[in-house]
Amino acid sequence: MKSLKIALTTGVALAALTSFAAAQELTIGLSSEVTSMDPHFHNLTPNNQVADHVFDSLIGQDEKQRLVPGLAVEWGPIDDLTWEIKLREGVTFHDGSTFNADDVICSFERAPNVPNSPSGYGTYLAGKTFEKIDDFTIHAKTPEPYPLMANDLSTVSIISDETGCGATTEDFNSGAATHGTGPWKFVEYVPGDRIVLERNDGYFGEKPEFAKVTLKPIKSGPARVAALLAGDVDMINSVPTTDLATLKENSDIEISEGVSNRVIYLHMDQFRDASPFVSGKDGSDIPNPLMNADVRKAISMAINRDAIVERVMEGQAIPAGQLLPDGFFGVSDSLQPEAFDPEKAKDIIAEAGFPEGFKLRIHGPNDRYINDAKIVEAVAQMLTRIGVETDVETMPRSTYFGRASRGAEGDLPEFSFILVGWGAGSGEASSPLRSLIHTFDKDAGFGASNRGRHSDAEIDGIIEEALRTVDDEKRAALLAQATELAIGRNQAIIPLHYQVNAWAARKGLTYKARTDEYTLAQGVTSSN
Amino acid sequence: MTVYIIRRLMQSAVVVFLMSVIVFFGLHVVGDPVYMFASPDAPQEEIEKVIRQFGLDRPVYEQYWLFLKGALSGDLGRSYVFGEPALKLITQRMPATLELAFVALFLAVVLGIPLGLYAGLKPHSSVSRTIMAGSILGFSLPTFWVGIMLIMVFAVMLGWLPSTGRGDTVTILGIEVSFLTLDGLSHIFLPAFNLALLKISLVIRLTRAGTREAIHQDYIKFARAKGLSTSRIVGLHLLKNILIPVVTVLGLEFGSLIAFSVVTETIFAWPGMGKLLIEAIQTLDRPIIVAYLMMIVVVFIVINLVVDILYSVLDPRVRLRDQTV
Repeated sequence: MKSLKIALTTGVALAALTSFAAAQELTIGLSSEVTSMDPHFHNLTPNNQVADHVFDSLIGQDEKQRLVPGLAVEWGPIDDLTWEIKLREGVTFHDGSTFNADDVICSFERAPNVPNSPSGYGTYLAGKTFEKIDDFTIHAKTPEPYPLMANDLSTVSIISDETGCGATTEDFNSGAATHGTGPWKFVEYVPGDRIVLERNDGYFGEKPEFAKVTLKPIKSGPARVAALLAGDVDMINSVPTTDLATLKENSDIEISEGVSNRVIYLHMDQFRDASPFVSGKDGSDIPNPLMNADVRKAISMAINRDAIVERVMEGQAIPAGQLLPDGFFGVSDSLQPEAFDPEKAKDIIAEAGFPEGFKLRIHGPNDRYINDAKIVEAVAQMLTRIGVETDVETMPRSTYFGRASRGAEGDLPEFSFILVGWGAGSGEASSPLRSLIHTFDKDAGFGASNRGRHSDAEIDGIIEEALRTVDDEKRAALLAQATELAIGRNQAIIPLHYQVNAWAARKGLTYKARTDEYTLAQGVTSSN
Repeated sequence: MTVYIIRRLMQSAVVVFLMSVIVFFGLHVVGDPVYMFASPDAPQEEIEKVIRQFGLDRPVYEQYWLFLKGALSGDLGRSYVFGEPALKLITQRMPATLELAFVALFLAVVLGIPLGLYAGLKPHSSVSRTIMAGSILGFSLPTFWVGIMLIMVFAVMLGWLPSTGRGDTVTILGIEVSFLTLDGLSHIFLPAFNLALLKISLVIRLTRAGTREAIHQDYIKFARAKGLSTSRIVGLHLLKNILIPVVTVLGLEFGSLIAFSVVTETIFAWPGMGKLLIEAIQTLDRPIIVAYLMMIVVVFIVINLVVDILYSVLDPRVRLRDQTV
């Protein structure tokens, strides 16, 4: 009994202490977990967002993914093949060493060559040579004019040449080498349980409001919401759409929402004359109707995007008419979401030679995007209504993406009609254009995710020209033109909607919603 | 007995080998891990580099041979997504799971046996009926639902216990444990109870059935006739005899507590092996799945052996010997 009393008193005292310290401390429940604290190990959103706490890149991306100065203060092309980057002076790493050009050079040498890395940063650094001009000037050279230099450099974290560049991934996980220049210093990493960081009072930019932050992975959506309601965490990301309405009514909770750079779209088989999951109404073989741009347009017309957004996504999406939402670099001003018109869609399909309609199977993942399986079902119903009898097959992403990318013989995409999403990591339109729209070209690295194998030489030419055009205004126009042809004329893919992401926090905290879906503790502010 | 144990160990080695074949080849039929962790905008060239790096371009039997060679020297492969040895990742998280399993087992014993005894000794009282009805609920309610309800009631509504994660730890003999700190105890209670619920019900029913059967046996009647006190009869003569099935079942169930705490660990964000496994399955991190399953096979084998040995301690009539002799 006595010990129980002591326990209770200590408990109360502890609780009092915690609430006192709460103003200075922040605990965030994250839906995903890092696989490593090494910022060069795995190029994946969960890792990149944690790296952004401790490390800086030369160039930062603000909450709308616009490029902002990071460890570089100025950058720009000095001739067709050379970019000059001026570095920030007077920055120190968390280990006390001074930041200069040597750190940059060695970071770029290490980033593509981390042993056992499942997906590295080589893509962003390939074909570029870096040269130190003086301690705070670097020249980056490419064999051809290259406009996306700054976007590429914004993805690679800079580590210290004294403690970081020779270190192994294990050294970063233990904290021995985890010294960046970022707003937070590494304190502790317990795999699967938590990452603890403290404020870097010597940070060159805006200092975070909180002295200490704990990032806790809580994968299960309901458990994340419960942890927030119970006060165990101060903020959570990826609020489940089903809980959003109740949380919005809760006066103790504040919601921050923002559109993401992720478009959810449908890809259609445009390379097989007879597509495996397409058949006539009676099950007979028919020529692949998805080869016909008019049919693709009709399918787009048959989809009621507003209904999907309202019913399936519970308002957590915006109907899409192209590859990126308004406001991003290189989007088209003229493209609008396709208007819902099932009657016209039916007519077009009849005119295209399928008066009876046809049979189709749609494939999609069921654990990758917000409500993905439900969206697939909704699309199938809408298509069935115009006579394109569609059945549904969804599967876990672990089986889905491999089959969708190269499941058929000859490493070709297996499915006929699929749902996928694309987040433009670079924050501009060339990213989806080169990966989804450009003709598949393994050697040149184009069309890597072009699972419909859409191919149009004219559009390819415009995309390639854009990727050689350093002038921003001209490039934006070219990208917009390519998008208009690819979506407006060819209907290479059918955009459905852009995801809207939601963060929920206890009252008094707000989060600057980011288009790249990152959750960054430095973006949390208290409103009082 | 030594011969018996040696023979059992040899049989076990065959089981482990067969299991490794089934697991390894079974896993390689499913999915394509490369697309799980390669960045979506990675060009084909980059993807092929990763495939080669992990040896996924080799035929399965060759991959298996390499795995077997490594396994014999204690290397069960390196996790694709963590880049660290799979065995290290698993053992790193093992204390958390073992702790959870032990606390759950403890709860099952200290709650299940007394309640079961009571229900067996006084089968017609209303308390017994309540206990039995409760045990049916414990059996039939799904773990994930009970977990969420426990969180809703004790963490969100009442605010008594934390909803998620593991509490402060202290290091004992080089192992981090949390049940020795107040914060740790408050964190472990809900997940352990959630995990234990089914086992508590099981123990209650086993104990009750055993008690009902044993209470009418001659040796109990004789003990009564001898004038022994009820507490001695129940505590010594009865309990000792009904414990054998309980120990058997608890032994096997302990294995499943360790192996299948996946649901509880996911709901309570408990940083144990189960959570690691479920994430490895989602991302097709094959080395972790293989290493985990191999380890679980070994755990089950060891537990079964220990249970057999415990029998002979509890019941002198049981002699461990080679069946063919």
